[in-house]
Amino acid sequence: MTIEFETPKPIAQIQFVLKTVAENMMRSQSREFDENEHAIPYGYIEFMHTAMRSTGGGSLTPRDEKPREGAEKRQPIGYQTLAAQIEMLAWGDVGFYLITPGGGLGAAAVQAAGSPEQRAKFLARFAGEKPTFAAMCMTEAGAGSDTSAIRTRAVLDETTKEWVINGEKIFVTAGDKSFTEYEQFGKGFIVVWASIDPTAGRSGMRAFVVESGTKGVSIVKLEHKLGIRASDTAVISLVDARVPYENVLGSPTVEKTTTGFKGAMATFDATRPLVAASGLGVARAALEFLKEKLTENGVTIRYGLPRNKLTSIERDVIDMEIQLRSAWLLVIKAVWMADNKKSNAMESSMSKVRAGDVTTKITQKAVEIMGPLGYSREFLLEKWFRDAKITDIYEGTGQINRLVVARQILGYSGKELR
Amino acid sequence: MYSFEPNEEQQMLVDAVGKYAVNDLRAAAHEAEESRELPKKLISKGWELGLLQASTPEAYGGFGERSAVTGALAVEEMAFGDLAGALAVMTPSLFATPILLAGSEEQKQEYLPKVIEGEWHPYTAALIEYAFDFDANDLRTTAKLSGGDYVLNGEKAFVPFAKDAEAMIVYANLDGQTQGFIVSKNTAGLTISDEREKLMGINALPTYRVKLNDVTVPVANRLGGASGHNFELILASMRIASASAAVGVSKASLEYSINYAKEREAFGVKIAQKQAIAFMLAEMATEIEAIRLLVWEAAWMLDNGKEEAVNQAYLAATGAADMAMMVTDRGVQILGGHGYIREHPVEMYMRNGRGFAMLTGLAIV
Ligand SMILES: Cc1cc2nc3c(=O)[nH]c(=O)nc-3n(C[C@H](O)[C@H](O)[C@H](O)COP(=O)(O)OP(=O)(O)OC[C@H]3O[C@@H](n4cnc5c(N)ncnc54)[C@H](O)[C@@H]3O)c2cc1C
Repeated sequence: MTIEFETPKPIAQIQFVLKTVAENMMRSQSREFDENEHAIPYGYIEFMHTAMRSTGGGSLTPRDEKPREGAEKRQPIGYQTLAAQIEMLAWGDVGFYLITPGGGLGAAAVQAAGSPEQRAKFLARFAGEKPTFAAMCMTEAGAGSDTSAIRTRAVLDETTKEWVINGEKIFVTAGDKSFTEYEQFGKGFIVVWASIDPTAGRSGMRAFVVESGTKGVSIVKLEHKLGIRASDTAVISLVDARVPYENVLGSPTVEKTTTGFKGAMATFDATRPLVAASGLGVARAALEFLKEKLTENGVTIRYGLPRNKLTSIERDVIDMEIQLRSAWLLVIKAVWMADNKKSNAMESSMSKVRAGDVTTKITQKAVEIMGPLGYSREFLLEKWFRDAKITDIYEGTGQINRLVVARQILGYSGKELR
Repeated sequence: MYSFEPNEEQQMLVDAVGKYAVNDLRAAAHEAEESRELPKKLISKGWELGLLQASTPEAYGGFGERSAVTGALAVEEMAFGDLAGALAVMTPSLFATPILLAGSEEQKQEYLPKVIEGEWHPYTAALIEYAFDFDANDLRTTAKLSGGDYVLNGEKAFVPFAKDAEAMIVYANLDGQTQGFIVSKNTAGLTISDEREKLMGINALPTYRVKLNDVTVPVANRLGGASGHNFELILASMRIASASAAVGVSKASLEYSINYAKEREAFGVKIAQKQAIAFMLAEMATEIEAIRLLVWEAAWMLDNGKEEAVNQAYLAATGAADMAMMVTDRGVQILGGHGYIREHPVEMYMRNGRGFAMLTGLAIV
């Protein structure tokens, strides 16, 4: 090991390819799907599905890298690759990125908490003929940051050996595409978190795979949002929804230990730097746009000058570059740790804290500097400003991730610092 | 590939420097700052770690190759102990490293062995000038070619150990370019102030004002010889050092405030259990780590001859200066009134923290 900052070749190649996709399949349609909130960009979805299938998988998630017999041991870069892909797609359009087929957070939950049989059963579909989606339903009206407050219940019907689920989930990303049976898409599923024993707190929480079209489950509404409008955000209600016994992820009984649940949550540490990466893609888009426009208007940034000799715009742009690059390095470090099986709870949250901050700051500043041009819908900059804000909210708000970092550096439990 | 782990050799160095920094430098820091005096023994002990020797090739009396990454790790660790002490131990690098990077073969042969062999000697460099708009790339001190020699005129500020220095590199403006000139002690026209500079921080480090009045040096003393040198790479190395030191000082402030916040009670709980304090600490830690990686990347670029290295070093130094101010300010805030009292080191970290915006030129990797 040594300290190194060379982008691995395979990653650089993927970035190169995805940049073309971002420009031609995403940017070109960004405005249209921002203005037509619940329209579906089938072209992009089909294209991505075909592209991902032809490279072997049906989704962006890193595959298990099995070392070939006799081959020299290569360093694993699955998560690093994923972060770079996501950053580039988000640079194209983060709303589109969120509706890239392949299972998203739903598949990640199965990957993390499912048995080998469950993984085989539920994940194969993403490499099928049609683009297919999955979603993750944790949040409820009364339970956001505090996931232990969820009220959705799953009760085992002993006679039929089915789980009966009741409750309402909100803010489900890609919930509509995962649950509604569109003819253009394959059969998807949603992963619903529910309690099998409300007296047991967190250790009573389980995730259930609910297949699309399941009776008693319905899409109640699609939200209208500040940004990421190409991405559907659904409210899903479950009324006596019946789910096969074997669709519970993890143990069907409540034990004293909470290792199952904790293990699943720990795997979500891997997704925080990925969300950070998606934010930083938006931030980079905004910063590059700003610099282009400044150049067009004859404003140059005099790098290398002392701070007190710079104009206010120069200072801002230089600060934005510092913020963007240093936040990206936190992301790279967090995913590098994930690839190398080092525990990265703190680094993941650090990258999310920082990305949430700088993504919002950079886009807000860019709009400010561009004046009326920044506010105009003729450019995408104002859209990126709106898209950026979600980075500091989902997958743990900025505050929740600060709590995680603080507990780590202080050696505190959730009880000692809440 | 990306990788964030120091190699074995670097780790050994970090461990050794870290031990010295905390056990020796930090233990002496308060007393040194108050008395404006660093014990000679303390400096010698740091010199014996052999940082400069390890980055000088055998041909010039050392036993290794220079690496900006290794340098950044060492400076960070050293400054984590105490900034003034760290700068003192490393002052001879201000003279040797530019020669190593940009000197002519004759200059390397002549000076490097002298600097690195044996005891710590005060060799130094003069870059900073006493002006609010000081800019290392646009110096007021001038060098002019006259009758086959260079003639230097101007005034330099904050020059460490100038009083006793055997020789120093003086940076001057030669036709719009910053160029270094090797000036030996007792050269005619070179005057060093009797009084030490009075600064807000790093008071244990003796620094002086240096006047140059028609100081004449032969062409052979121009850094790099007659054709001169690329100042950009030297400046980048200084910026990386300054940024690394900023990271070190900030880490010290964070560590002290974490320990304090876990002890101090208010309203029935440890103050660290209050989110207002915990969030400050989380942000400090996050910001330090982010900037630290930026500095490492700049150093790695420099070691690998990347074109962007110069700009990246500028960004790293600029970001580090802001970060250090933010972190050290909060260090004081977390201790409340006690943070304002000189018995706790956080007020000194705050004074030191502000320096990074203007003190590039006091260290080099
Ligand atoms: C567009 C979008 C997509 C989403 N996608 C999904 C999805 O696919 N699946 C899913 O399950 N959820 C999803 N979410 C939900 C998202 O994760 C939650 O909105 C988020 O976790 C915050 O919960 P909340 O909105 O209830 O806010 P609250 O928890 O009510 O928080 C309100 C404020 O209080 C702060 N706060 C809360 N607790 C603390 C604390 N202990 N200390 C300090 N401050 C605190 C928060 O930081 C925030 O500022 C999505 C949300 C949006 C907007």
